[in-house]
Amino acid sequence: MKPAPFTYFAPTSIEETIGLLQRYGDEAKILAGGQSLVPLLNMRLARPTALIDINRIPRLDEIVTEDDAIVVGARVTERQLERHPVVAERLPLLVALVKLIGHPQIRNRGTVCGSIAHGDPSAELPAGALALDATVTVTGPTGERTIAVDDFYLGYLATALAGDEMMTQVRFPIPAAGTGWSVQEVARRHGDFALVGAVALVRVEGGRIAATNVVSFGTGGRPLRFPEVEAKLVGSVPGEALFSEAAEAITELLDPDDDVHASAAYRRQVAGVLVRRALEEALRRCEGGSR
Amino acid sequence: MTTEARPQATERTISVVVNGERRSATVLDRKTLADFLREDLELTGTHVGCEHGVCGACTLLLNGRAVRSCLLLAVQADGQEIQTIEGLAKGDELHSIQQAFWEEHGLQCGYCTGGIIMSTLAMLEDNPHPSDEEIYEVLGGHLCRCTGYEDIFKSVKRAIELRGQGR
Repeated sequence: MKPAPFTYFAPTSIEETIGLLQRYGDEAKILAGGQSLVPLLNMRLARPTALIDINRIPRLDEIVTEDDAIVVGARVTERQLERHPVVAERLPLLVALVKLIGHPQIRNRGTVCGSIAHGDPSAELPAGALALDATVTVTGPTGERTIAVDDFYLGYLATALAGDEMMTQVRFPIPAAGTGWSVQEVARRHGDFALVGAVALVRVEGGRIAATNVVSFGTGGRPLRFPEVEAKLVGSVPGEALFSEAAEAITELLDPDDDVHASAAYRRQVAGVLVRRALEEALRRCEGGSR
Repeated sequence: MTTEARPQATERTISVVVNGERRSATVLDRKTLADFLREDLELTGTHVGCEHGVCGACTLLLNGRAVRSCLLLAVQADGQEIQTIEGLAKGDELHSIQQAFWEEHGLQCGYCTGGIIMSTLAMLEDNPHPSDEEIYEVLGGHLCRCTGYEDIFKSVKRAIELRGQGR
């Protein structure tokens, strides 16, 4: 038997789930797609007392397309998002991010909210959610609250989700019309977690950058945004020199760790290159941004 | 931290449809679907390699979708439909994908083959004419240490041909 013993629950409502979370607190784990959690169970790196399978809760598997946002329920799989025609048309960055995750066989089970709640610092969806100013909705004993992704990630695999709360949806705002986007990453093999990656959004008006969001991932305990660098880019005329400067400024701010996969020095160097490439590609995809 | 004692092993009775046949069994909550199929239903064609979702040997179809059975608990499959490699051949007559792998030497030791064939089946059921890129992506979800993948790719191309001929 691979996993250590646990008590399995398959609640059919959010209320029932919250009740179980109140009872077991940090000793409980929520099971959605299981593509991150079950490996941890099989290797006994996680030994929860209670496993709460949310796959029998109705309606959490819906993607709602609003005028200005894509709202993704807790059980929506990555494959579902990847194949949603409206998402592909209105928020192609999400499709590009998801296609970098594992393989179709993994994305058939892996959930969007699960990836965001797990919060691996090398994962694509948390980085994309941060770049898009996404918000997560969590439900607990006293009701619902909404948390900006930037406030959701506290550190390595640590989130603002309390022990008696479950994440019920993530809301990805659709960027202003004409916004260019890019995701760049370096991984050992296609489908692996990124060693290092970058996500950028760029919008140009009247030949100058009107808005930009820049994220680096795989370079710290959580995906990182760079408000100072973004602020300097806004109002400037986009171009190679400007983007190189921004990439250099971000490299200076990064303090990644060495690990078995890559040295800190390698990560910093690649991070700068990927930020520059992401900005360049986002600019090319901008309306009025092509040169 | 916890007020609960370490849980005792709990079990429940589940009912699944495997290769068209309804099977009921009592299973430990913590048993993976792969182990349940192999040990309880004696369907050992689903192979277990890495047991953390990387190698793809345990791939089967759950409600028509290719998934890793090492990353599912058997209890999660309760009430669902499962297709395993055992369900493909009709007696001595190979399924067209199996025939294609035979003809193109798409296997050597065979450990990874069942999973690859199930992924191929899911892909072709969804889209009978996948692009080379799509084939690479699906095969990317499987580790094979014998063939070097070229013959596996050729086998999938041949399976598409055979399927086009109504096989």
